Amino acid sequence: FIRFVVLINYPLYIRSVPTQGELKFHYTVHTSLDVVEEKISGVGKALADQRELYLGLLYPTEDYKVYGYVTNSKVKFVIVVDSSNTSLRDNEIRSMFRKLHNSFTDVMCNPFYNPGDPIQSKAFDSIVSTMMVQAC
Amino acid sequence: MSFTRNLGRFEDDMRTLREKRTEPGWSFCDYFMVQVCDWLRELSIRAVGCSSAVHLCVDQEELAFVFEMLQQFEDALVQYDELDALFTQYVLNFGAGDGANWLGSFCQPVRSWNGLLLRRPIDMEKRDLIQRGEASLLDLRSYLFSRQCTLLIFLQRPWEVTARALELLHNCVQELQLLEVSVESGALDCWVFLSSLEVLHRIEGCCDRSQLEANCSHTVGLWTYATEKLRSLGDLCGLVSENGPDSEDLNKTVDLLAGLGAERPETINSPQSPYKKLKEALSSVEAFEKHYLELSHAAMEMYRVIGRLRSARLVGKSLAEFYMWLLCFACFLSCACGFFDRVCRYLQTSALLASDTNLSDEERRHFCQEILTFARQTAEGKGQQKDARVALSMSSFTRLQELRFRPSSALVHVSAALQLELRLCSLMPVPVTLEQISASIHFTQEQPGSTAQKRAAQNPDGTVTFPAASPASASASALELCEILEHSPSDNALSSAGVACRNMHLLMRRHDSTASLDTPNTAPAVAMEDAAQMLRASDVTLLPGNNSIVFTAPSQKPGSYTLRQLCATLGCVQFILPHIYPVVQYEVYSQEPQLSIQPLTGHNTDSMPVLHSSTCSARILSSSAELLAESALSIQSSEKVTSISLPVTPPYHTLEFLLEVLCHIPSCPARMESERLTNGQISRRSRTRFNSGMTLIDQKVSVDCPWSIYSTLVSLTFHVPFTIKHSLLSAGRRKFIQVCLRNVSDTNFRLTNQTLTENQHTPSLELCSLNTRTHSLVFRQQCVFSVWELRWSGVSPVSVHCEFSAAFAPADAPDAALKLYRYDFTLERVSTLYSVRAEIRPAVGEQQCCTGSLCRLEVSLTRLSEASDSDEEYSETDGLRSSRLLYEVIDNSSNWAVCGKSSGVVSMPVAAMATHKVHMEVMPLFAGHLLVPSIRVFKYQPRLASPVIQPDTDSCLENDSLSLEDQAETASLRSRGSVQSLGSGESAQPRGPMPKRQAFGPGQVFSGTQGQQVLVLPAADHHLMEVNVT
Repeated sequence: FIRFVVLINYPLYIRSVPTQGELKFHYTVHTSLDVVEEKISGVGKALADQRELYLGLLYPTEDYKVYGYVTNSKVKFVIVVDSSNTSLRDNEIRSMFRKLHNSFTDVMCNPFYNPGDPIQSKAFDSIVSTMMVQAC
Repeated sequence: MSFTRNLGRFEDDMRTLREKRTEPGWSFCDYFMVQVCDWLRELSIRAVGCSSAVHLCVDQEELAFVFEMLQQFEDALVQYDELDALFTQYVLNFGAGDGANWLGSFCQPVRSWNGLLLRRPIDMEKRDLIQRGEASLLDLRSYLFSRQCTLLIFLQRPWEVTARALELLHNCVQELQLLEVSVESGALDCWVFLSSLEVLHRIEGCCDRSQLEANCSHTVGLWTYATEKLRSLGDLCGLVSENGPDSEDLNKTVDLLAGLGAERPETINSPQSPYKKLKEALSSVEAFEKHYLELSHAAMEMYRVIGRLRSARLVGKSLAEFYMWLLCFACFLSCACGFFDRVCRYLQTSALLASDTNLSDEERRHFCQEILTFARQTAEGKGQQKDARVALSMSSFTRLQELRFRPSSALVHVSAALQLELRLCSLMPVPVTLEQISASIHFTQEQPGSTAQKRAAQNPDGTVTFPAASPASASASALELCEILEHSPSDNALSSAGVACRNMHLLMRRHDSTASLDTPNTAPAVAMEDAAQMLRASDVTLLPGNNSIVFTAPSQKPGSYTLRQLCATLGCVQFILPHIYPVVQYEVYSQEPQLSIQPLTGHNTDSMPVLHSSTCSARILSSSAELLAESALSIQSSEKVTSISLPVTPPYHTLEFLLEVLCHIPSCPARMESERLTNGQISRRSRTRFNSGMTLIDQKVSVDCPWSIYSTLVSLTFHVPFTIKHSLLSAGRRKFIQVCLRNVSDTNFRLTNQTLTENQHTPSLELCSLNTRTHSLVFRQQCVFSVWELRWSGVSPVSVHCEFSAAFAPADAPDAALKLYRYDFTLERVSTLYSVRAEIRPAVGEQQCCTGSLCRLEVSLTRLSEASDSDEEYSETDGLRSSRLLYEVIDNSSNWAVCGKSSGVVSMPVAAMATHKVHMEVMPLFAGHLLVPSIRVFKYQPRLASPVIQPDTDSCLENDSLSLEDQAETASLRSRGSVQSLGSGESAQPRGPMPKRQAFGPGQVFSGTQGQQVLVLPAADHHLMEVNVT
């Protein structure tokens, strides 16, 4: 399975393929923010401007792998993948994040979108859906 | 050189072999040709065609060994990493359906899960198993990891171990799933748990404490993982279930423990080995709880330290879930002591949830019902466990809003009614009926007023408003701002100004981190204090929202009362507010008892002689002076102190009673009985003084009350209303006694029954009253005279002792009882001894006395009775007894000039009617009716060589001084008279022993001519007439 989350410090967009176990998933994402913050602060010191947006594997658990991505405006993307899913490599995840970021940028460019509101965009939805289909 | 070459060749061979492995004809025989060890070859032969990877592993490991021996740890590690990756790849391929059939040996069911073993450099046991092709996947992975771990530690990279360990553990679990290896449920949990702890132990063994603490971000993952695994083991083995482990769970536990095998000899002596921990944790619910809590708290603490608060809370959440589970079967565990802790936590959580307005109403009702049900059940089912009460914090149940005192001053006197109205807001979604709501009170015997400053939080209208939020956040929420001005040091000009917040560190602090996590721990610390005094209200129903409860505050003792805790009792559940803040106090005072002394009649206490009849009963008067009751007093007297037991009197009532006091008035002829009310214990002392003719007797009474440390001094003044003078009057031989009674007070008195009695009851004496009225009225400051004639038969009495008595009463109180007033006196030398007559005649040949002409004064002294008393001195002259008398002419109005001697001494024979006549020449100085000069008679005692001891020294001394004075007087008279002075014989006498004169008693000398007047004509030949008007 695969789950996508876009969040600032609260979720803007959540998409999850199997809908069961939602709560555990939320907890995982929430907890992952700890690591995201840790990484941002660590990276931010080293490379202030030219930093890598992709944070890589945030932390593994027995069941999931959690990947993180942070835009320059501190919007976080989190992708949670089942640990048994071995087909997704680091590069693929990275490109998924990039696509996600691009799409998110489009959403933000929408003058009718208030920053901070939950994302309700068909374009964004479809992008996420395609990625999910690819991943699974 | 040769070694290097050999090594290089070996490496190359290995590489070639490996490259060939994918070729279909890859042979183990070829592979083995290059092997060094024979035992490897043997192994390979046995495993023909099916276990190439094993051989590869072993071969590659040989290489690694070599590197290791050469201290090339990095290279050795690379070899192992390659092996690891290779194996992983095989597994992945196998899972993808690419069947490397040699992997089948790893697909056999897992039978042993005894965790990693990192204490040996090389686990030969496992290695052996691998060589024999009997190793399971776990064995292989464990072996590889233990080697990696050893090398990493050699390389001083312990933190990499933990990261790899976590990866390994996750990986293994995944791979086993992928390979569809049948594993007994829980076995992997055991393995992961043991392995995690083993890794942690290994790391702890090679690092010191500070290093560990600084790097807990690396270890915390393992801790959490171990915690999770232990938890799932607990679930599996029925250690976290409603009924505790049943037989199936026990079987499961036994199976799992069996899979652990025997403990390794390396750790058998260490008390904290992972193996022992796991075994213990699975053995009982309590041990499980203990270990689980230990791990959870360790994990949470580490997360908190490294700032991963969300993760910490996640662990906390699963801990909370655990508590919730415990609570579900807590009702069935009746007597465990630890039970209550859990119940408390559950109930506290329920209360929090029930009061949380963010939840749906339905959920809130559910949790509220949970509490109510629990309270009811335990209250019904456990009569024997009365003391087993669950104490919860009140903050989640109700919120205090306001407290109001009635009266608003919060200051009452003892036993007065004081009410406290408590307004609180119930946070529960449904009405809750409390058995009791009580507030414990701390009592101190402080003086009222000393705590005034402490009650600053109380508004003047008697209300205390409680802050809406908890005290901690309330105190933190206040911004402390201060202005900052910076002056430049050179010219002192203002360079910058700003506002700074002093307590920013408090305000900006995260509130949730420590407080929220500590809440479950602090909840059991809420305990009700034992207090002697309580405010209570029973059967209170708290509706959701605002409620008002009225308490009646105890006020039996004076002092200060502080509200400490508030407790709402609901069955066996108590909601306790451990501190009431701000401080709520009220005070009870008791007024000092005061004794007020008032005159009971009249207003003029100074002049009021108090004469009262007394009763020994006390009247109790209410504050409005109504008579409520009359009750008897009991009075006990000892020598000095009189104790009076007062009847019970309600507060602010007046107790009034009379006491009869006998006052002895010393050295005073009158004796009176009098009274003034006193109280308590009495001691007396008195003093007498005389003031403006009235006898005042000051008495002081000290009143000591047991309820007061102070003595009240009451000064009592007694007034003697009368003064009495008596006098003896003579008329020749007849004697009269006159008594003058003078009223010195300001009150009019009735006077009756004035009697004079002779004390010694001499039969020959008789007192005849000459008073006509028996009743008389004596006005203030006026006198009443009474006269009696003293008669006697036979020998005249030497002295007469008399007693005057009269009954009196205030004139304006007609029915007042008459009091007796008595007066004692003694008369001495009553009888008349001498009679003196003086007669003035004109000079011979003259008809009338004229001014300026000499006249004759004839004084005749007559002895009336034979001298019988011894106070006269007699001298024997020619056988004739005679006494010597000194006579003296005294003219106080200077009407007469005495020519010649004005005084002289005569010798009176001791015989009755003996008469002595003396002639003198006097000259009138004025015309008119002039009084005859008075003649004084004294006893004359010529001073003898040997001094005579006088029986009456007082009079002797007095007369002595008088004699000198008299001589001076006569001398001056003489000089004033402008007549030639003949000189006094006595004054011419040489000084030496002074002759003495002695006065007679008042009745002894009778002057027959006193008051007689003589007509003196003015001299005719005076051309100037002198008129004297007198």
